[in-house]
Amino acid sequence: MANVIGASLKRKEDPRLLTGNGRFSDDIQLPGMLHAVILRSPHAHAKIKKIHAEEALKSQGVVAVYTGKDLEGKIGPVPSSWLVPDANLKEAPQYPLAIDYVRYVGDGVALIIAEDRYVARDALDLIEVEYEVLPAVVHQKEAMQEGVPLVHGDIENNIALHWKAGEVADEIINDAEVVVRESFYVQRVFPSPLETRAAIGQYDAGSGELTLWCTSQNPHIHRMVLSDVLGISEAKLRVIAPDMGGGFGGKIGVYPDEALVGYAARDLKRPVKWIEQRSEHFTASNAGRDEIIDVELAGKRDGTLLAIRVKNTANLGAYLSTMGPGVATIDFGLMITGAYDIPHASCETFGVYTNTTPTDAYRGAGKPEATYQIERIIDLYAREIGMDPIELRRKNFVRKEAFPYTNAQGLLYDSGDYEKPLEKALETLNYEELRQKQRELSKQGKLIGIGFSTYVELCGFGPSEVAGAIGFQGGVWENSTVRVHPSGKVTVYCGTSPHGQGHATTFGQVVAEKLGIPMDDIELVFSDTKSISMGWGTYGSRSTAVGGAAVSIAADRVVEKAKKIAAHELEASEEDIVFENGKFQVKGVPGQQRTFQEIAKSANMAWNLPEGMEPSLEAQSFFKPENFVYPFGTHAAVVEIDKDTGEIELKRYVCVDDVGRVINPLTAEGQVHGGIAQGVGQALWEGAVYSKDGQLLSGTLMDYALPKARFFPRIESAFTETPSPVNPLGAKGVGETGTTASIAAVMNAVMDALKPYNVKDIEMPLTSEKVWRAIQDGEGN
Amino acid sequence: MIPVKFDYIHAESVEQAIRLQQESNGEGKLIAGGHSLLPLMKFRLTEPGVLIDISRISQLKEVRKEGDRIVVGALTTHHAASNDPVIKEHIPLLADTVRQIGDLQVRNRGTIGGNIAHADPAADLPAAAFALDAQVIIQGEDGEETMPVDQFIVGPLITMMPENSIVTAVSFAIPPRHTRSVYLKYFHPASGYPVVGVAAIAGVDESGVIDFVRIGITGVGDIAYRAESVEQTLLGQTPSEAMIQEASRLAAEEGEMGNDFFTSSEYREHLCKVYTERALRSILLAN
Ligand SMILES: Cc1cc2nc3c(=O)[nH]c(=O)nc-3n(C[C@H](O)[C@H](O)[C@H](O)COP(=O)(O)OP(=O)(O)OC[C@H]3O[C@@H](n4cnc5c(N)ncnc54)[C@H](O)[C@@H]3O)c2cc1C
Repeated sequence: MANVIGASLKRKEDPRLLTGNGRFSDDIQLPGMLHAVILRSPHAHAKIKKIHAEEALKSQGVVAVYTGKDLEGKIGPVPSSWLVPDANLKEAPQYPLAIDYVRYVGDGVALIIAEDRYVARDALDLIEVEYEVLPAVVHQKEAMQEGVPLVHGDIENNIALHWKAGEVADEIINDAEVVVRESFYVQRVFPSPLETRAAIGQYDAGSGELTLWCTSQNPHIHRMVLSDVLGISEAKLRVIAPDMGGGFGGKIGVYPDEALVGYAARDLKRPVKWIEQRSEHFTASNAGRDEIIDVELAGKRDGTLLAIRVKNTANLGAYLSTMGPGVATIDFGLMITGAYDIPHASCETFGVYTNTTPTDAYRGAGKPEATYQIERIIDLYAREIGMDPIELRRKNFVRKEAFPYTNAQGLLYDSGDYEKPLEKALETLNYEELRQKQRELSKQGKLIGIGFSTYVELCGFGPSEVAGAIGFQGGVWENSTVRVHPSGKVTVYCGTSPHGQGHATTFGQVVAEKLGIPMDDIELVFSDTKSISMGWGTYGSRSTAVGGAAVSIAADRVVEKAKKIAAHELEASEEDIVFENGKFQVKGVPGQQRTFQEIAKSANMAWNLPEGMEPSLEAQSFFKPENFVYPFGTHAAVVEIDKDTGEIELKRYVCVDDVGRVINPLTAEGQVHGGIAQGVGQALWEGAVYSKDGQLLSGTLMDYALPKARFFPRIESAFTETPSPVNPLGAKGVGETGTTASIAAVMNAVMDALKPYNVKDIEMPLTSEKVWRAIQDGEGN
Repeated sequence: MIPVKFDYIHAESVEQAIRLQQESNGEGKLIAGGHSLLPLMKFRLTEPGVLIDISRISQLKEVRKEGDRIVVGALTTHHAASNDPVIKEHIPLLADTVRQIGDLQVRNRGTIGGNIAHADPAADLPAAAFALDAQVIIQGEDGEETMPVDQFIVGPLITMMPENSIVTAVSFAIPPRHTRSVYLKYFHPASGYPVVGVAAIAGVDESGVIDFVRIGITGVGDIAYRAESVEQTLLGQTPSEAMIQEASRLAAEEGEMGNDFFTSSEYREHLCKVYTERALRSILLAN
């Protein structure tokens, strides 16, 4: 099939999922299966004095109860996978169950295994734990002060890491004509996938093989880490990620819980299933963000930007999560200049332990925060010098001619044309007219705001050497095998692990285009470490740019070999064969051709292959990209604020994203929509609230406000296409753009609306009460 | 989110529902739509030993006019109430209110009787019930009794429901023909429940003065209330923007404003005023 790449095909996955034929973790039923629940700490910080499990053990149907002490020496701590170098990183061991101390509400204390999930749940209430409650610390800046409780007794000032990149001389700031300073808090939020986490372990005592189905965005990373934690050969540990109801970063992490399930299944020699409860999810699954960002932006009065100096104080929670240490450092600190050519930049990051649930990557991971601070501060700068925020952006954009461009922090932006999406967005908005209308309405007392975010983000993790240099414990290249069966039907094995992104569709399109076969002839296999040799999973908008590229290269290799066979059969030279629409054709000799299916058969039968050629038609690619990819674009929000109540109405949302070559505009737009919903959610509704003693107050969906469809206007989405030179598809990443861009766009719109009151910042989420108070306290009043 | 073990039985009649409660030795709990009870059970905040399902008692689903009142069977769902022709004609405020409850699934399951009996201070219905002088009709061991809603609901999740009894219906007073009504709600972005819900009815007589006004406010505190100070201020006045603003300033007078991390009591008080103002404006000043 030709021209499949770029076609808006409907998702191949949907009919199966929408008709209830998906197979999610909780759908897995195994003979003799036991059920696990985890008793979790109700205290943010306490010493465990004694655990009384006798009552629970006596209860009919309870098979086993394990405590931290029971497991000591049997399964190791669960390590972080991002050991950021030169940061004085102090990793406190996270044991699968707390041994002497609990360090956050939700910390695992005991594992209960029972014949059914009801008995297991009831037994939870039968375990009595004697705690000595200790003072807790929740806020990261507080945690760094002297005399506050230490989360881990031996880690001074609760500082887990201290990292610096770049240097800005004091003189540059001191001598600058204009310096704008602001402190932003990008609050803690919950990724909140529709499906909570789950794990099912099955141990084959005969072969010694342990199979673990779990909600993982990266089964091979789970296998690598857990084989170590459980002390089992990678060759005997099979990790499968079944259908998943989203992840958003919350399922990257290798958690203690999966290790516990694997351990219990092996120990009891019976399958064990654990399904995380929704209320449990709020405290037991990694959260996102929680960074206090102090920014200084210096430049000239004419709008020339000279330097940006940033300090990020990040709340890492009680333990280092799988990717946690990298988020506020590498992901954030190297992207602080955004889409602008700012010659000097520096970032200093403190990662801090507190008595809260660990934080980890959440959709965008560091890039939304980086975008947020630069896009917010640039608006404040524009306000300071009395320039239109668009004009200021244009003046400082990295020029189209400058690509590939090295930013002040040393990252090489692959390709870009920042004016293009901006132009298109302004046109869609009808910007000049909109500003005019805003002025008119303001005379009638209406508060209308227009906000922009002209972002760029780092995606497509990544070049392996760079991963090594930044301490990431992974190779982050990708792998794909394209296997052609005798009939010409194809199975494609991929190392990325989709959980809602629609890779069966988009990767299928790549294969259909390359091999000239119908989509229906292609099956894709993901997320099983037994059938897929290696892979690094799905996160950081890497799947298409790295995994899709591997698929594309493997498919090319198949065609290459097939062409040789065709040439041989047609007694033509290889150079004279053209491959078009699924047919190998001798140039200029109509009728002299072989179909792809005929060659597939020839290759597999091997009755008559070219001299020395091995049978079968199959190719593998291990693709190691030379660089990251840098999608960019312009997002714009129009809001109206109800002056009397502070309520915000999102009137319009316009976005033009450049994600390189778009494989499928329909699914790409879907990704953009979802991303925007989560970004706007952060700006307007979502936010974790802890009490001073570390209790999560926003721990149910009655209190924690997720974005709902009815809160949104129709999203006006479009794309420009500036191919990436980094991979053969020219693709960048699209999964996180919406989140990365939208937080600042909406906040800037609200600040624009509140300009008459000279409001510069309101802490997110922008509840109507906060906005109302800002208006009350504002200058205009 | 797994409740403790419980038994489950169906009651086929009001009498049986009462008898089953008696036989349960205080362990029994009625279940109608289950949309308030089951979430509490899943959190293990309530642990009834037996659920007595009343949802099959079809006589409790009727809506009828009785003199100057509309009697709404306890098992009438929110969805049915919002579409019922009798309700729409005589007490459109009720339809307007329940239409704004939850989402479609919730409205398809949740019942008028369950909502009132649950006495959730954050529920929508009490606003309309207070404005429409609702009476709760209860069948108990010793026969039927009728209680005004403001005597029935006495606190958050607390009612004067006698033991072993069942709400069979809620009746609402039909407001005078010439009045108009509206329900306005500021909803919590997470739960969708009202932080402030204002149900207002008002009308002017031939001489142009306000001769009827009722305002019920829910969500703001532990219990819904009638904003009588606002009503008193308006009665006998000619409606005007100034008049409405003056009266609405008293909207929080009879209420106790609650407060949580989402909204302070000061802000709730402010919302009471603004939403009352808007409600009154829409029924008294708009044409
Ligand atoms: C997701 C969700 C969103 C919601 N949003 C809203 C909202 O925005 N606004 C709102 O007002 N409500 C909301 N609700 C609650 C909903 O309206 C409930 O259905 C209603 O409050 C209770 O009615 P029910 O029939 O479900 O009662 P049940 O849950 O069945 O019962 C509730 C209580 O009342 C008792 N009871 C029930 N019927 C009787 C009777 N006839 N006699 C005596 N006692 C009885 C039960 O024993 C129980 O104690 C929401 C619920 C959910 C699940």
